Amino acid sequence: MAPNMPPQPPLQHSTTAVADGQSHGHTAPPKGILRWLLTTNHKEIGSLYLIFSLTMFFIGGIFALVVRAELFQPGLQLVEPEFFNQMTTMHGLIMVFAAVMPAFTGLANWMIPLQIGAPDMALPRLNNFSFWLLPVAFTLLLSTLFMPGGGPNFGWTFYAPLSTTYAPPSTTFFILALHIAGISSILGAINIIATILNMRAPGMRLMDMPLFVWTWLITAFLLIAVMPVLAGVITMMLMDINFGTSFFDAAGGGDPVLFQHLFWFFGHPEVYIMILPAFGIVSAIIPTFARKPLFGYASMVYATAAIALLSFLVWAHHMFVVGLPLVAELFFMYSTMLIAVPTGVKVFNWVTTLFRGSISFESPMLFALAFVVLFTIGGFSGLMLAIAPADFQYHDTYFVVAHFHYVLVPGAIFAIMAGVYYWLPKWTGHYPNERLAQWHFWFSIIGVNLTFFPMHFAGLAGMPRRIPDYALQFADFNLLSSIGAFFFGASQLLFVLVVILCVRGGKKAPAKAWEGAVDLEWTVPSPAPLHTFETPPVFHRTSH
Amino acid sequence: MRSRWRWLMAISLAASGAQAQANGWNMPVGVTDVSSDIYGLHMTIFWICVVIGVVVFGAMFYSLFRYRHSKGAKAAHFHEHTSVEVLWTAIPILILVGMAVPATATLKNMYDSSDAELDVMITGQQWRWRYEYLGEDVAFTSNMSTPRTQISGEEARGEHYLLEVDEPLVLPINRKVRFLMTSDDVIHSWWVPDLAVKQDTIPGFINENWVKINEPGIYRGQCAELCGIDHGFMPVVVHAVEEEEFENWLADRKEAAEQEAMGVDREWEMDELVERGESVYQSICSSCHQAEGQGAPPAFPALANNEQLISDVDWHLDKVINGVSGAAMPAFRSTLNPVELAAVVTYSRNAWGNDTGDVVQPSEVAELIAQ
Amino acid sequence: MSSGSYYVPASSRWPVLGSVALGAMMVGTGIKLVYDTGLPLVLIGVAGVIAVMGLWFRDVISESRGGLYDAQMDRSFRWGMGWFIFSEVMFFAAFFGALFYVRMFAIPWLGGEGAKGVSALLWPDFVATWPLLNPPDSSIAGPQQVFSPWQLPLVNTLILITSSITLTVAHEALKVGDRKTCRNWLTGTVLLGCCFIMIQGIEYYEAYAHYGITLEAGIFGATFFILTGFHGVHVIIGTLILATMLVRIIKGHFADENHFGFEASCWYWHFVDVVWVGLFIFVYVL
Ligand code: HEA
Ligand code: HEA
Ligand code: HEC
Ligand code: CUA
Ligand SMILES: [Cu+2]
Repeated sequence: MAPNMPPQPPLQHSTTAVADGQSHGHTAPPKGILRWLLTTNHKEIGSLYLIFSLTMFFIGGIFALVVRAELFQPGLQLVEPEFFNQMTTMHGLIMVFAAVMPAFTGLANWMIPLQIGAPDMALPRLNNFSFWLLPVAFTLLLSTLFMPGGGPNFGWTFYAPLSTTYAPPSTTFFILALHIAGISSILGAINIIATILNMRAPGMRLMDMPLFVWTWLITAFLLIAVMPVLAGVITMMLMDINFGTSFFDAAGGGDPVLFQHLFWFFGHPEVYIMILPAFGIVSAIIPTFARKPLFGYASMVYATAAIALLSFLVWAHHMFVVGLPLVAELFFMYSTMLIAVPTGVKVFNWVTTLFRGSISFESPMLFALAFVVLFTIGGFSGLMLAIAPADFQYHDTYFVVAHFHYVLVPGAIFAIMAGVYYWLPKWTGHYPNERLAQWHFWFSIIGVNLTFFPMHFAGLAGMPRRIPDYALQFADFNLLSSIGAFFFGASQLLFVLVVILCVRGGKKAPAKAWEGAVDLEWTVPSPAPLHTFETPPVFHRTSH
Repeated sequence: MRSRWRWLMAISLAASGAQAQANGWNMPVGVTDVSSDIYGLHMTIFWICVVIGVVVFGAMFYSLFRYRHSKGAKAAHFHEHTSVEVLWTAIPILILVGMAVPATATLKNMYDSSDAELDVMITGQQWRWRYEYLGEDVAFTSNMSTPRTQISGEEARGEHYLLEVDEPLVLPINRKVRFLMTSDDVIHSWWVPDLAVKQDTIPGFINENWVKINEPGIYRGQCAELCGIDHGFMPVVVHAVEEEEFENWLADRKEAAEQEAMGVDREWEMDELVERGESVYQSICSSCHQAEGQGAPPAFPALANNEQLISDVDWHLDKVINGVSGAAMPAFRSTLNPVELAAVVTYSRNAWGNDTGDVVQPSEVAELIAQ
Repeated sequence: MSSGSYYVPASSRWPVLGSVALGAMMVGTGIKLVYDTGLPLVLIGVAGVIAVMGLWFRDVISESRGGLYDAQMDRSFRWGMGWFIFSEVMFFAAFFGALFYVRMFAIPWLGGEGAKGVSALLWPDFVATWPLLNPPDSSIAGPQQVFSPWQLPLVNTLILITSSITLTVAHEALKVGDRKTCRNWLTGTVLLGCCFIMIQGIEYYEAYAHYGITLEAGIFGATFFILTGFHGVHVIIGTLILATMLVRIIKGHFADENHFGFEASCWYWHFVDVVWVGLFIFVYVL
């Protein structure tokens, strides 16, 4: 198919790394907190992103546990419906914008320069700015929970007019917080694109880049294309709320459904923003532990690009029941179904990479394999949702909740954890405690399925989402989900334990920490010194 | 074409679902042709996914067991194969086309609301449904009837907990009924699984949908679009009855409406109004202003001990009749009749310590509305 | 790609201060909008953001002039600016999309045409027109009349197009090292920018004072102001940037070959210009 070799260079490069502080032009970094506030180093910023993301994952997870605790049994036990709605909303917002996206950006910061042989990101100060906008944005967002009238209570999709005319006063702050987060994402994405396009080691062509870099290149493009649209639509909300415009009000000639079109034009590419980098991580891990080059490198790249392009044409599959004209309904049904094709190519390529490999099951690999299976299950339910007539029954039920948690939790989150386990030796110089990591894996896999699998049944049986109380026939499913959620949540404490232990010590890792690993990052020492590749390495492809 | 995929559906229907469905694990087959078509689509696609899953995961787990490093497997080095890659791009496309054909047919059918014999306007309101039989002068609102004591657990929960209403929508079977759906405030979604109708109600716009019910029965559903605090407490109940029964019911409702209209002209006693007003208040207003009129500030103002309310009848009437534009307070001029309006205002002015002693007559309200 | 070593900029305190300033500005704005107080915080925030931008750029300029940047850094700036402008394009695309949607779908539906024409049952007196002078609900007063495109808007169009030309002349002059010509044409460009802003100001005044085009005037007013408003803000920013470039030219900055700061300003200005042409066609003419 493609003439190019996958990136598996027997590498000779002139320099590995210059130890911290010796390098020219670097004044000694400031000490203490200032060091972290001012840092322009991609590794430090990467770590900041990852720590931020983990913190937010816990906060968002606690909100989910409030939801699950209330849904443990029928009836209103713990919280008022109003607070329940705020929890659902904040859970969605925090997980999407503050946990998954920053985690991927953190991994990008850490790994992209290492994988392409660059000394740092293209625009290091902008990088620092992008990161420090996040704590500001999410402190503001979380603070809305304490404002009079409560925080956002209209779902993470904040449909007008519930989020405009009928919204609590704090909505204005919610909008402004999202603006800051949006600016952060856009600037971060610009930086990543500039880095990838401009900072590759001499000799590394685009088609030589590791897939994590490729998927991020395309993700960054998606971010720059759709975050401004989100900014636009929330600006219109701000105007409707504060300045009497009627964008989303039929009385003045607007349309509440316009909000949904604009939101999902952002929102659907957004869900691929949360999965494409995951594809990249898995595409690095599976070949490593199968000790066999990735099958179909070129078609992986094209498939990623196809998914990204199609993602602009499918947004109204979230709106099958809002009353779209028939032609629109058909168009969006067909285009959505098509996405299964390039995604299928990816899945088949991973499986074929395993075929006739020499496979071992270290913790990164376990998470990556679970990703392939469970993400695909989530993809199948996505395909079912894409069938417009059937979506009239599925829409806004727990079937949808099951779908997107399968692609997001054992999808995005598992891939992130796989990536963390994979690269921890590079970051810390130590292997993570394999035994604990395996426990973490098995607990997680049980927890995640116990939590989210019953949701399929609850949804099909007719349970709507975003309700604080439910009819009695859904009780058993919810009981299981709630038990699963607490179990899964508790297992994540193990993850934190493994990471902390690994930072503090453990089995020493060599530069090439995994036998089958091939990319450029495995040529610098473990832990990677603060400054790497200050003189460009020379990238050699094996000639065919 | 159509018959062929129906056949496919019949198989999958038999193969699977009947069991699961009876246990409430699966989508209901429902009681309309559309709902069983959708059920068939759902099961067909489900089984296709299962088959693909078995093949893909089968290959995967085979490789995982067969090519273990620990068992000394040596890795091969192939990394591309054009014809295989073309094949696994093409086959899914064919499968998808196979799915799209029946889906398109079903969808077209669902969109064809022509030739309906009865039009019902469904209006979502926070947090109840209003039904209007167009051209028949019959209209009423339908509120959840599960008592709050059941929700809080002070009382045992009934069989139809959260899925029961004071006045169900009554529809004839075997007749094509067109729904015109809209909303007075935020977006709601009217959903009854057994009828396979789920349609958002968009304020300011009208969506169409239709049903033709095959079997009499009571079908229950819920609002499916987040619409505020009581989104979870906004059930839909449809009572499908034989044609004749429906005609009788409709005639009764019309007569009752006429009776009510006559009530406007007579002089009402305070007690009568307060009694009537209390029931209106509890079913409609209390979801926002709370059972004891204490409200839930800042979102919903208190009516109890509300200075302005106590001192100004005209202001009070204006709020209730015309609502507050740009806020959640709806205009009740067309959803409540003059008797109900007079009753609820009289009640509010004489309950929870608002002892004004004022009585507002339905005739006065009728006059205000006419202006 | 160059061999030898990469340039990695030193750390800086502007980014983190910038995010704090932006946060203050947003919080202030929120407090102002919701509780109608807290203006000082808005002002502090805005001042902070401007100050940080100024100082940050000052550092960049002095590093650039200190010869610290290599060709690769220059390319990074180019990619950065290019994608930033793309993000701006998408920002405006959202507003244009809204305009097209209401004109092609929402308003006809409300008026009884098209796939969702039944909606007109709710608005029996409504007649779908564009410009929408009579919104569906009579409690919302539409504009009394709208602007003729062939008066001030046309003048503004000509001004902006001319300004793009003068800017190009200035740029060409800089490339060949003719700083005096560059300075003159750049001055012209800045003045044209100022004219545009003034005329837009007059138009806004007219809109409120005589035409009844206001933010509250239904969807016409809403789309009109959001499109022209954000465009206007961009012109103001563009003019400030060009004015800065003018100062730098006068101070003798920029090499004949290497003057990306100047070039980026040109890109930005041309982008603002193109948006206006779109606006002129879709907001005023059609
Ligand atoms: C990471 C995030 C992610 C990903 C990757 C996806 C992937 C997909 N999603 Fe999902 N989706 C969400 C996140 C995601 N989604 C979220 C968050 C929501 C809810 C938002 C909200 O309302 O709050 C949602 C909702 C949602 C809906 C709206 C449901 C509703 O509200 O009624 C639909 C409808 O079409 C849909 C479809 C799809 C499809 C077709 C895919 C496809 O990309 C899946 C493709 C993958 C496969 C199909 C599996 C592998 C393929 C093969 C093995 C090949 C062979 C297969 C066949 C030919 C069948 N999604
Ligand atoms: C990437 C995104 C992401 C992730 C990771 C998750 C993770 C989880 N989500 Fe989800 N979720 C969404 C995105 C995500 N979610 C979105 C977008 C929505 C839609 C919102 C809307 O409708 O607007 C949603 C909605 C949603 C609902 C539906 C709410 C409703 O409709 O009312 C539920 C219900 O169960 C749920 C549950 C969970 C659970 C149990 C987890 C778990 O995986 C969480 C696990 C993590 C922890 C639990 C925290 C870590 C552990 C500790 C703090 C230790 C202490 C704990 C113990 C000792 C037990 N989520
Ligand atoms: C969907 C929620 C909702 C329902 C149902 C509702 N109201 Fe209200 N009501 C409000 C809100 C919100 C306000 C405040 C409006 C404002 O911003 O001034 C309000 C204000 C009022 C006021 C004016 C009080 C004041 O201090 O401003 C009165 C009187 C009133 N409602 C009576 C009623 C009556 C009687 C009913 C039932 C027939 C009712 N409301 C049903 C939400 C509701
Ligand atoms: Cu009405 Cu949800
Ligand atoms: Cu989607």
